Order: sequence, then C-alpha cells, then structure tokens
Amino acid sequence: MEAFVFYLLATLILGLGIMVITARSAVHSVLFLVLNFLLVAILYVTLSAQFVAVIQVLVYAGGIVVLYLFVVMLVSLKKAPELRSDSRRVARTGLLLAGAVLAELIAIVWYTSANGSAPPAQAASDFPPRLAGDAMLNTERLGWVLYTEYLIPFEVASMLLLVAMIGAIVLAKKNL
Amino acid sequence: MEALGYSAADFYYLLPELILTGGALLVLLVNIIVPRRGDLLFGISLGTLVVSGLVLASFAGVDTTVSRGLLAIDGFALFFKAIFLVSAALTLLMSAPYLRVEGVPAAEYYFLILCAALGMMFMASGVDLITLFIGLETMAIAFYVLAGYLKPSHKSNEAAVKYFLLGAFSLGILLYGMSLLYGVTGTTRLDGIAEALAGQDRSLLLAAALILLAAGMGFKIAAVPFHMWAPDVYEGAPTPVTAFLSVGSKAASFAMLLRIFVEGMGALTPDWQVIFAFLAVVTMTVGNIAAITQSNMKRMLAYSSIAHAGYILIGVVAATERGVVAALVYLWVYLFMQLGAFAVVTMLRRHDVVGDELKDMSGLFARAPAAAVAMLLFMLSLGGIPPTAGFMGKVWVFGAAIDQGFIWLAVVGVINSAISLYYYLRVVVFMFFKEEAAGSEIAMGPAMVTTLTVAVVGTILFGIYPQLLFEQAQAVAGSLGASVTSAALQ
Repeated sequence: MEAFVFYLLATLILGLGIMVITARSAVHSVLFLVLNFLLVAILYVTLSAQFVAVIQVLVYAGGIVVLYLFVVMLVSLKKAPELRSDSRRVARTGLLLAGAVLAELIAIVWYTSANGSAPPAQAASDFPPRLAGDAMLNTERLGWVLYTEYLIPFEVASMLLLVAMIGAIVLAKKNL
Repeated sequence: MEALGYSAADFYYLLPELILTGGALLVLLVNIIVPRRGDLLFGISLGTLVVSGLVLASFAGVDTTVSRGLLAIDGFALFFKAIFLVSAALTLLMSAPYLRVEGVPAAEYYFLILCAALGMMFMASGVDLITLFIGLETMAIAFYVLAGYLKPSHKSNEAAVKYFLLGAFSLGILLYGMSLLYGVTGTTRLDGIAEALAGQDRSLLLAAALILLAAGMGFKIAAVPFHMWAPDVYEGAPTPVTAFLSVGSKAASFAMLLRIFVEGMGALTPDWQVIFAFLAVVTMTVGNIAAITQSNMKRMLAYSSIAHAGYILIGVVAATERGVVAALVYLWVYLFMQLGAFAVVTMLRRHDVVGDELKDMSGLFARAPAAAVAMLLFMLSLGGIPPTAGFMGKVWVFGAAIDQGFIWLAVVGVINSAISLYYYLRVVVFMFFKEEAAGSEIAMGPAMVTTLTVAVVGTILFGIYPQLLFEQAQAVAGSLGASVTSAALQ
C-alpha cells in the first residue's frame, strides 16, 4: 500500500513537473506547479512529516506561487492564451474533478473502516527523545532538533536569507 | 545553554565566523549612519578579516568538534579558512580602486564579500551534509549577486543570470546526491556515513549518490564537463569578484569535496577515484586547449582556472595523505598566482578602458614596469616554471599521482602544462614586445601595490622555500587522513 501510494504520487509529481515546463501558457504552467507542490505535500504526509507538509502548502503552494502568478500577470507575455469556452471541454473537466472528489471520498471511507480510527502519530525512532519522547508531536520534535542539534546551521541559514534579501535589493533597485 | 548541549567552547571556536558576521552587519549599519564613506567601509571590512584571521591563528593545533559534532575545528578547517581570509583580504584590496572607477556602491559589495567568506568558512568546517550545504548556499547566493554587481553592464547581467541558473541546477543535483546518501546510510554526519559505508555492499542507490555528488561538486569546482558557466561568469563579473570566485570559491568547494569523499566516503575510494581521474584528464585537456583560443584575459584565466582544477583533482585522485597534501599545497600556491594575475587585469580597468582584452596588455612593460614584471612572474608560475611556487605545486601533485601508480595521469598533466605555456607566454609577449595600447595612464595605488606585493612574495617564497607550506599541509592532511584509515579499518 505504502509503496503503491509512493509510486502513484511520484508518477503524478513527475508528470506535473513535465507539464510545468511544456505548458504553453505561463499561467497554466504556474497552476501545474501548484498541483505539483500539493502532491509533494501529500508525499510528506505519507512520510509522517506533517509539519513539513503544512509548510509546503503554506509557503510554496500558497506564498511563492501567488508571487509567481503576480509576476506572470505583470510581465506582458507575447500573446495571452486564447480563452476557449468549449462546452464539451468544460464537461470533461467537470467529470474529472467530480471523479477525483469521489475517489477521495471512497479512499477516506476505506481508510477509516480499515483502521478503525485516525492513525496514531508515528514515532520516528532516530530523533533524540529529549523531552516527552514518543508522545512528542511532529512539530515539537522538529523544533527541538532545529533549535538544539542544528542550532548553528539554523543561524547560518538566517544569514543566508539576509544575503539573499540584500542581494535582491541590490539587483532590483536602480539607485542604492 | 548547557542543558541544550552547548558550552562556551562551542561559541569560542566559532569566533572567526561570528566576527565575520558582525563585521558584515556593521558595514551595512555604518553605511546607513554615515553614507558614502567607501574608505571607512573598506577599513571595517579589512579589519574584520584581519581580526578574524588573528583569532583563527590562535586556534592552531586545536582538533575538536563543536556545535554537537556538526563543525570540526581541526587543522584541515583552519588551513582552508586561512586561504579564504587571505583571498578575501586581497580581493578587498583590489576592489577598493576598482569600485571607484566603476562608480558602484561599496557597502553591499563588501557585505557580500564578507558573507561569501562566511559561507566558505562553514564549508571548510562542516562535517555534516546539512551544514556543508548551508555554507555552500550562503557562499553561492552572495556570488550570484556579486557577479551581477555592475548593473549597467550587459555582460555582468548575463553572468549573474547564467551563474544563478546553473548554480541552482547544480545545487539541486548535489542535494539529490546528498539525500540519496542519507537514504543509504541513515545519517547526514560524515563520520556516521563513513561508518555505515565501511560495512556496506555497493548498491545501485549508492552509485547514484556517488555520481550525483561528484557531478554537483564538479559544477562548483568548474571541472569539465560541468564548466560551461565558468568562462561567461568569469568574463562578466567584476574583475575582483572573478578573482575571489576563482580562488575562494574553488578552494571552498575543494574543501567540501575532500570532506565528503575522503572523510565521508573513504570506503568507496576506488569507485570515486575512477570518476575523478576521468574528470581530471578532461578538465585539464579541455581547459588548456580552450584557453589557447581566447583573446579576452578574463576568459583565458577562466579556462586556465578550469585547467588548474584538473591539476588539483589529480591530488584528490591520489587519495593518500600525500595526495591530499598536494591538493592543499596547490590551492595555496594557486591563490597567490591567480589573485596576482587578476589584480593586474583589475588595474588595467580605467575610466576610458575596460582593459580585460589581451591586447590591453600590450606594452605594459613600458607603462608600468613593476606590474608587467609581476605579471610575468604570475604567468610563469601558472605555467609551472621553476623557481616559482606553481612549479612546486605541480611537482607535488604529479609526484603524488606517480606514487599511487597513476603514472599516465601525471604524464597527461605534464603534457597539459606544456600546452598551457603557450597561452601564458603569449601574455608575456604582448606585455614586453608589443606597441603600447591606447588609454589613459595606469594608476597603481597603495592598495594595489600591497596586493601585488603579497602575491609576488607568496609566489616566490613558496617556490624557493616550499617546506614552509608542505609541513603545514602535512600536519593538516593527517587530521583528514586519520579518519580515512579508521573508516577503512572498520
């Protein structure tokens, strides 16, 4: 089951990645990218890295892609994609979406009936159980590791972001 | 802090890095408080590097890990950190007059140089894949911006975009390799990786990790066939940045490469020896042959720096203590001759002349005899003519290869050195035997004189008294080699 989910997700992610670079319209390309990010988030969930999954959705699918869309809309691309109002096309898309929702519902029903209740938080054994051990939540664990074990690299990463910020200002601003 | 596993020693041994960070932030702050004081900012930046270097020097002989085993403060790290600080200081010295001529703001430039050096420091100290990666990324982002610092210049813009796109791509490849390595070994720490690999069979996954890591590092050291970005970026970037890129960034990437492959993947030495032997041969050959046809000094030096990465790779291939020593010695020697050559090219940039074409070198001897003689020395050293430092570096590298039975590799190296003489000596011909090029007088300020003096002294000193460097390098390579043997024994 796990392997099946992984390969399914991996195939979809790769497929969407190809769609991102082959899509004719930049807007479509960005939208495929959103889907791609969301699927990667699901991949994180299957690895029981819920926190990373949520961040992936918030930061990448939410924040960064919105910025992309802004840029795409502000930059005048050669030719705007033609708006097609093909009723059969709309119907097909609708069917596809409806099918996806149905599949999702079936999956939820199937999963809950198979497992009885919500799955318990999986304990990753390689993290140092410094505080409450296995009972610690994913986010809390991550916080602990980040602020104790990886404190110095974490702080260096803040310098990295400062460099990137100053760099962006340097390159973008006409007169400093 | 004690409860979290950190003690005062953790921060004490990070002082050079902390000073660099503080200095970089101070530059930005001072620029806001007293604007347009390039000389003051220059003083602060140089002072930061000097203080950081003095603190670093007091750590000589220390061999410990700090920050919960993520950073090694050993001879190897100190050796490389000294390279970064010296090359950053020389870069600053040649930047000050250059920035005035170009008329670009100084504060952010100095900030980025210091931050690039900061990233390099972590690349030399890191004994953990995540730490190494963060260091690499910090350095790389600073360089992406620095490459495009001359905003009105199309070439500079092109350099920044190319470097950014290819750099991001190569970092992706490197990360992929790292994550596969983590998948195989279950840890990001190099000592843990070495332990896990020692008892492990070679798997397809491990092979993929090895190849991806080698490709990712190959991009950073500009080894053929991952060198495409180098000539364009070197040509477009401001000349002092090119100098720093070709010396500092290359040394830092070699430090990271040695850490990952020798310390982390020592058990796989025969496997990566094959990869790097191949890379060394094509890198030397393509670099030298492409350099022959260049008419732009910066492009020529770019290809020459590619070729030199090939020579250093020979030391890596030898993979013994002697090989590592050779690579380390070569990187120091390379620092002086390469920075010196770029300093002369930087000097030729005047208000009315870009000065980076080969023909701008014409008649340099008549106009600035001291600079021409210095350049002659750098060219001879780059070509590997005794009694310069470049000769000693090559002797040691080829010797290590022969020692390990890679005689053919040494032969290819020697043939390549002979080829390289053609284009190095062509510069000399232009300087001494051609009519003077047009353009205003060549000014040689105190900063430039200092840079050239340091470079000349380094090139001559290590040429006639190389023991000074070898002894240091030998002590240092031991600290890296010790972990190699211990990993192989397990």
